[in-house]
Amino acid sequence: MSRLPEILRQHESEIYANWLREMTSAVRRSDLLSEKQLQGESKELLTAIVEGAKSGDVANLENPAWEPAKELLQSVSARRAQSGFSPSETATYILSLKRPIFEAIRKELGAKADELFSEIWTATLMIDKLALITAEAFQSTREQLITRQQQDMLELSTPVVKLWDGILALPIIGTLDSARTQVVMESLLGAVVQTNSRVAIIDITGVPTVDTLVAQHLLKTITAARLMGAECIISGVRPQIAQTIVHLGIDLSQVITKAKLSDAFALALQKSGRAVVRTTPERSPVLGNRLAANKEPKE
Amino acid sequence: MEKIPILRMGSFLLVTIQVDMHDRLAVQLQDDLTQNISDHDATGVLIDISSLEIVDSFIGRMLANIAAMARVLDAETVVVGMQPAVAITLVELGMSLSGVRTALNVESGMELLYEIRGNFHSDQDNEISQA
Repeated sequence: MSRLPEILRQHESEIYANWLREMTSAVRRSDLLSEKQLQGESKELLTAIVEGAKSGDVANLENPAWEPAKELLQSVSARRAQSGFSPSETATYILSLKRPIFEAIRKELGAKADELFSEIWTATLMIDKLALITAEAFQSTREQLITRQQQDMLELSTPVVKLWDGILALPIIGTLDSARTQVVMESLLGAVVQTNSRVAIIDITGVPTVDTLVAQHLLKTITAARLMGAECIISGVRPQIAQTIVHLGIDLSQVITKAKLSDAFALALQKSGRAVVRTTPERSPVLGNRLAANKEPKE
Repeated sequence: MEKIPILRMGSFLLVTIQVDMHDRLAVQLQDDLTQNISDHDATGVLIDISSLEIVDSFIGRMLANIAAMARVLDAETVVVGMQPAVAITLVELGMSLSGVRTALNVESGMELLYEIRGNFHSDQDNEISQA
């Protein structure tokens, strides 16, 4: 029977004091965590560990008695992952508990080498397992963070812009995959309903490559918009992309395509019965007069 | 038995689907509509599906069929007010309804029909007003 639980209980306050000292500046990071918070956290954690060890199952953390300590450790680790601690800083936090515990064990069993060794081994097992839990919790928190950021990026990267009354533009930046197409489609169709737009311009200037899959996704979006009564124009087709599309044998004959967004916008204006006219006469640049550059679309 | 009402506006027919379409209702609508087109010499059919939230491949095919039947009877069909979710579903089902004209709402649908057909009031109406 291990004597470790008893030793832990007897020396709790001493271990706690040593532990705090053991946590050197590298682990402390006073910029991310206040001294008071750290002390409170550590005290609570140590108490939970002592409670867990009471079960007698010191090296087996599956025992239900360890549940509070594990939960506490997971929440501490998750908090650290969120506030920007590095993985090694987080792991060192729990690993720095080793020395204070070893010292306490030596104080009790210093004369009995065999017992000392076996108790130290049990304590090592326990702390290593606690450290593994910490690392796992840290990792999973970071993963959740990454997933959330990916979702945010997905939503941010598909803005629908209203160019004119009844004309929408959807500049797509980055590669179109199935998940993004879904978001693009939903936001475009939602905007069509909201703004009552008859023409939507899909600008693919920011799409690096167009393969059959991307083209298929584009066609899906266009078909869905057509079903709702909105017409789609594809703009921003770069010369290389035009070549790729033809080489791949993608049929875009049902879709209106334009080289530039401005061309597409002009067509959209024309379709809605509007035109862009110059309000002041163009002057010769030779005379140094400023050019009337403000092309204001007029209804 | 529930039935989808078909309203006559001049030479156009207006169908507003406001209940969940089930298969028998869809077949019934096909019968009624073709009968109405031939009875009233309608030249345009406007189907408003803005309240339709659930579609399946059968309803999708029915819409395409109605358009095809109407065309045989020399009437243009415009489907208006399709919800985004419905449009996405139909595309995912592989139905592009390529033979059907679409519009955003009843107003622009009517405009479209008027553009295609020109005469909003049929000759019959003129005869009545003259008499």
